Amino acid sequence: MHDPRNPQFLLAVAQATIRALREAEINLPNDVTEALETARNRETNPVARRELTNICENIALARKMGIPICQDTGVPVCYLTLPPTVPYTDALIQAITDGVRIATTTIPLRPNVVDPCSRKNSGTNTGHLMPYIHVKPGDHFSITVLPKGAGAENVSRIGMLLPSDRDAIGRFVVETVLIAGGRPCPPVILGVGIGSTFDGVAALAKEALLDSIDHMDSFEQNLCDRINLLKIGPMGLGGDTTALAVKVKKADCHTASLPVAVNVQCWASRRATVGIGVP
Amino acid sequence: MTDLWTPLGDEVLDLRAGDLVTLSGTVYTARDEAHLWMVRKGIPFNPEGAAVYHCGPIVHRGHIIAAGPTTSARMNAFTPFLIDRGIRALIGKGGMDDNIRLKLLNRGVYLAFTGGCAALAASKMTLTGVIWEDLGMAEAIWVIDVDHLPLVVGIDAHGNDLFAIVQQAARRAYEAQE
Repeated sequence: MHDPRNPQFLLAVAQATIRALREAEINLPNDVTEALETARNRETNPVARRELTNICENIALARKMGIPICQDTGVPVCYLTLPPTVPYTDALIQAITDGVRIATTTIPLRPNVVDPCSRKNSGTNTGHLMPYIHVKPGDHFSITVLPKGAGAENVSRIGMLLPSDRDAIGRFVVETVLIAGGRPCPPVILGVGIGSTFDGVAALAKEALLDSIDHMDSFEQNLCDRINLLKIGPMGLGGDTTALAVKVKKADCHTASLPVAVNVQCWASRRATVGIGVP
Repeated sequence: MTDLWTPLGDEVLDLRAGDLVTLSGTVYTARDEAHLWMVRKGIPFNPEGAAVYHCGPIVHRGHIIAAGPTTSARMNAFTPFLIDRGIRALIGKGGMDDNIRLKLLNRGVYLAFTGGCAALAASKMTLTGVIWEDLGMAEAIWVIDVDHLPLVVGIDAHGNDLFAIVQQAARRAYEAQE
């Protein structure tokens, strides 16, 4: 076990956080970019084609100019993978927080984090329990960031559904997209959590957004097809592509419960992972 | 495809919801605070034929860095005042309410710009001035020259609202899945 207060190590953690945020905010992952390009090429509605053309051009410009893809640079959601040699400590959390604060001025990011009641903005994208950090064990130390914008987060939903209703899950997922309409900046990606508990299912839904959208299983594909039958289209202006993908994560639950969460993600599905060496 | 230039005139009355257009000339950014001030103090630019962009840009050293659209519905309450003063086009994302659809009849249009496309917007813009800078970067009125900004007519001057039409059809498609 190395010394978790080692300043060199903590600096490396802060720097990895900054690198991950910069990568996520400026370079959309290849699987998402390719899905958007495929959607543009297949689109039959001229308005939707225009919207998707704008989106693809915007992605290329952000990359070329080294600037954030969208002006809503989100709130910092982080996923840590910790090997047995790295303990989860306050110093580690502080190093990640420092990284977010520095990235806010150097990338730059829009300061989005406020007190929930006074609405006072910290100016740094950090605050009480922000960045929001999820932890899981693994072989190698890494940090993954998922900057989450407000438009899509605000139309996300949790339902405690009826276990005996066989289409409860499908109807809830499709209905979430219907209610959202053009507000979450579609085409969207849906992270769907099924099972676990009231709190656990929301975490599953968000974690599902970390998965590559290159592949969907038949359950996910069926949900995605049902959503696209709504023809809400990019930005709610109509079209063939309302959802690019649906990704599902499950956990076992109480026999009398069926928790389902839908975390809606706008087309700018930003995520990046950076590995950190352990001294 | 129709190319529009400011100041806008009666040509906008011929547009139909779903038409693809580009806009060139001057746009004035305005969000919640600027709308409040305009209602209270008057419009600080010539509103005749003007285009208002619902946007809070990132401006750095006299240049527009990012300038994607914000949600237009927040400006629903203040927009009839602008249309009454001669403003011909509102630009933003997500559409506006039925009151604005009726207000735009025979007067003007709502033009949708793609949400999240902050870099694309900035690449077609030159900053030429600022009004009420004390409102802060996001809320000030920035005067911007735009060059062929690619837009879609969301609400036309004939009473058609593409957002509402799409949402009604989506509702019917959802009910057919039951």
